[in-house]
Amino acid sequence: MLSKFIFLYCALVIITTALLAVRFRNPVHSVLAVLVLFFHMAGLYLLLNAEFLAAVQIIVYAGAILVLYLFVVFLVNLRQEINIERFVAHHNISIGISFLVFVMLMVGSRSFILGTHGKWTIDAIREVTHTKALGTEIFTSYILPFEIVALVLLVAVIGGILLAKQEKQGTAVDGKESSGPLIEEGRK
Amino acid sequence: MIPVSWYLTLSAILFCIGMYGFLTRRNVIIMFLCIELMLNAANLNFVAFSHYLTDLRGQVFTFFIIAVAASEAAIGLGIVVALYRNRQSVYSDEINELKG
Repeated sequence: MLSKFIFLYCALVIITTALLAVRFRNPVHSVLAVLVLFFHMAGLYLLLNAEFLAAVQIIVYAGAILVLYLFVVFLVNLRQEINIERFVAHHNISIGISFLVFVMLMVGSRSFILGTHGKWTIDAIREVTHTKALGTEIFTSYILPFEIVALVLLVAVIGGILLAKQEKQGTAVDGKESSGPLIEEGRK
Repeated sequence: MIPVSWYLTLSAILFCIGMYGFLTRRNVIIMFLCIELMLNAANLNFVAFSHYLTDLRGQVFTFFIIAVAASEAAIGLGIVVALYRNRQSVYSDEINELKG
């Protein structure tokens, strides 16, 4: 009974903050709404006996990724953002499309049946602690995907530095000249 | 015991809100934020299945998804910074050269 109450509270907060994040005019407010959402998502993970993932959710998502988002939001011009239209033209079609996808997902999940059960019951996890169980699983059955993820992170680090790097003086002037007419065309 | 269909419903709602935001917002940064919402909906599904099937595989996948989301955020925001430096704009409907 109590777990149902906690679930309903978390679900309510998640849906509200997700809607607010989409609707807020100021991007900083959107990012802060998503921060609240991530904390409640970690609460749901705790409800599902995934303590390690709850910690990772808070440390990586709320601690690292959202701070990155906040930095980039502060880099762009906020004063202009608050005064202009935040939605694209014809955004009513998108509401229809996403509602249609929701109906399809609900109809599809109606016929869902759980498959065969694995060996990690709650008691088995409690015996060796959750982090150790997850670590055993990652470093035995999933060692190759783990190495691939390490490679993906390396590529992301190099790519992020390359993309955000300040260009050299000479090439920067060239780039500005070539993109000048493009900006003009875009404004038309 | 919470029925598994509650988690499925919640993650479907969250996914659709993320999709709605991605399709409607003009600001590229908020569009990336909405992708994070959709990834979180998928994560919730994985963890719920992992719990109800008493198998840790879903949580391993969630772990990988979080790593990929972090790299996606780094690359995507790098692109946004480069875009803002070249065009002084982060609005998706103003970047339309390839439209012809």
